[in-house]
Amino acid sequence: MSLQVSNLSVSRGGRTLLEGVTFDVDTGHALILRGPNGLGKTTLLRTLAGLQKPEAGTVHLPEEDAVYAGHLDGIKATLTVRENLMFWARVFGTQSIDRALRTFDLSDLLDRSGGMLSAGQKRRLGLARLMVTGRKFWMLDEPTVSLDQASVAQFADMIRAHLASGGSAIMATHIDLGLGADVRVLDLSAFRATTPKLHASEEAFL
Amino acid sequence: MIALLIRDLRLAMRAGGGFGLSLAFFLIVVVLVPFGVGPEMSLLSRIAPGILWVGALLACLLSLDRIFALDYEDGSLDLLATSPLPAEGIVTVKAIAHWLTTGLPLVVIAPVLGILLGLPQQGYFWIVLSLLLGTPALSVIGTFGAALTVGIKRGGLLLSLLVLPLYVPTLIYGAELARRGTQGLETGTPLLMLAGITCAVTALLPFASAAVLRINLR
Repeated sequence: MSLQVSNLSVSRGGRTLLEGVTFDVDTGHALILRGPNGLGKTTLLRTLAGLQKPEAGTVHLPEEDAVYAGHLDGIKATLTVRENLMFWARVFGTQSIDRALRTFDLSDLLDRSGGMLSAGQKRRLGLARLMVTGRKFWMLDEPTVSLDQASVAQFADMIRAHLASGGSAIMATHIDLGLGADVRVLDLSAFRATTPKLHASEEAFL
Repeated sequence: MIALLIRDLRLAMRAGGGFGLSLAFFLIVVVLVPFGVGPEMSLLSRIAPGILWVGALLACLLSLDRIFALDYEDGSLDLLATSPLPAEGIVTVKAIAHWLTTGLPLVVIAPVLGILLGLPQQGYFWIVLSLLLGTPALSVIGTFGAALTVGIKRGGLLLSLLVLPLYVPTLIYGAELARRGTQGLETGTPLLMLAGITCAVTALLPFASAAVLRINLR
């Protein structure tokens, strides 16, 4: 099973950002998206996750297999770490949060409320959520923002374990995680839309 | 979906969740009316059903912008939209949670506030019945409005402008049912209309809410 993207165009706010994006990612492999700010990495990831429709082209991926982690972690300030994580475990129909807690050293913070966490701790909780979803294809948007070095290493370990267990990850990141041979790097600059055509009428109405 | 309902109820109960805010607002509106129109008991008891209905409607409106805005701001809504829950299920659960934390408490407290307004004795049953039938429609229509305005900064006022006209049929038949019941008149028609409106919006609007939510998350 693999994620196949062919000739994909994505747009944001009525402006086409990327055109003709074509790649495929097999399970057990990861793809790192590179490119300057504002190129459309986030938009591409949101399209892959099914949050928005492709402008053109196709994404071949069983819908129930993708999980998205964006700039925001979706952590409720008044719920504890345990309640936050258990909620997502229930939503995705998986029950155990122990492995995720161990991977990101969150066990000591279990009864701390979400609002009391530091930025890095919040990010760790957000990444731990990925593990309780039990899904194969992870769409990660800048996953290492506000993580310290030790946590980045934990994150790299998690990705390695995920790939080894037949998972896959597509991530936009600027740092080198040292993931090894299963990782490809795709520079999106090559797919920058040459004719940024505006189709404002429909978007303005919506 | 049960998990989402439990989470929303829990969030509403915790600090800053807004539970009780609508109730307090309802109380204040109803208490203010006698100051405005004067303490004449016969007039107050005549307009009591209408005041209770308008008060409940405004109190309901107050908490609508919280339905999706908070989840949108912290990113939960994106994550929910990519979860196994269908968007229709999400908006339905949100409407149920809103009704349980806002509509139902209003129904329970309305008879108590009826005393303040000198509501006639036979009116208590009808005010509770009409609110019980009508407030679910307020929550469902409000969820639709909240889905329409999600992502708009300070969308609360726009939300009110969009939703209040949609509340008119519920208000007309709800207040009419309570008024007729209180005065001992025939209540069949407004009762059926109110129940019909609630059934119709509950059956149809979640699909519209889910559709606009998907568009707004793009």
